[in-house]
Amino acid sequence: MPGTTQIPDETAVVLQAREGDAKAFSELVRRYENKIFRLAMHITQNREDAEDVLQETFLKAYEHLDQFQGNSKFYTWIVRIAVNQALMKLRKRKTDKTVSMDETIDTGEDTIAREIAAWDENPEQRYSREEMNEILTTAVDSLAPPYRAVFVLRDIEELSTEETAEALDLSIPAVKSRLLRARLQLRDKLTRFFKHKEDDAFAYM
Amino acid sequence: MLTCKEFLQELSDYLDENVDAEIRAKLEQHITECPNCWVVCDTTKRTIRIYKGMETHPIAPEIEARLLEALEKKRAAAKK
Repeated sequence: MPGTTQIPDETAVVLQAREGDAKAFSELVRRYENKIFRLAMHITQNREDAEDVLQETFLKAYEHLDQFQGNSKFYTWIVRIAVNQALMKLRKRKTDKTVSMDETIDTGEDTIAREIAAWDENPEQRYSREEMNEILTTAVDSLAPPYRAVFVLRDIEELSTEETAEALDLSIPAVKSRLLRARLQLRDKLTRFFKHKEDDAFAYM
Repeated sequence: MLTCKEFLQELSDYLDENVDAEIRAKLEQHITECPNCWVVCDTTKRTIRIYKGMETHPIAPEIEARLLEALEKKRAAAKK
């Protein structure tokens, strides 16, 4: 029966879409729109911009579908389009500041963990679903854009290091070092919410 | 014996299970001896795990409708 449990193979769906099958392209939109929107929200930090990015990404993908080489995953390909669209939005909005994935960032010292305290067994239980979402979003949104984009692609969207490097036009070592810093900074930020209460006054290092 | 700084440099790759056996052994040796790095390792691992389960942002129905409509227009224009 069509439309039941079986998920069609992506390569086949992309091929059908390239041949002009409207239903196949809609299937790709349905499959990835939520992820693309989440990614756009994290990069632009603005709902209206993210909605535009969502729209522009899929329109561009549709227009340039014939340029999609089967050697990377379709998802990586549209992520790359979405990242570019989102960065353009960001640049437009912050005309006084340049926003670039290549901007130089501090090296070395910020990898040192500041707040070292063990967490509760299940810190999530202290907060409602909405509160958790708020805590996680605020923390990730407070990262500098170059760290944020890498973290979002690697640890939220679960792209590989290679795919992230490809989507952001970065070298693999750059992805790795930004990911490490992003993870450590987030760990610091979350520690404030999740640490054992008794450990508050405990001095380390 | 690794320093804490060397440990932190390898932490991401360690958590991604992307280090060779020799480095892994050194890192694991370090966390048995350094409670601070053990905490950092454990809480970083949990940070990553928490974010993996993060919800997607719901798309407003009118935004999805706008997208599908725009695609339909492009399709119609291409057929002409």
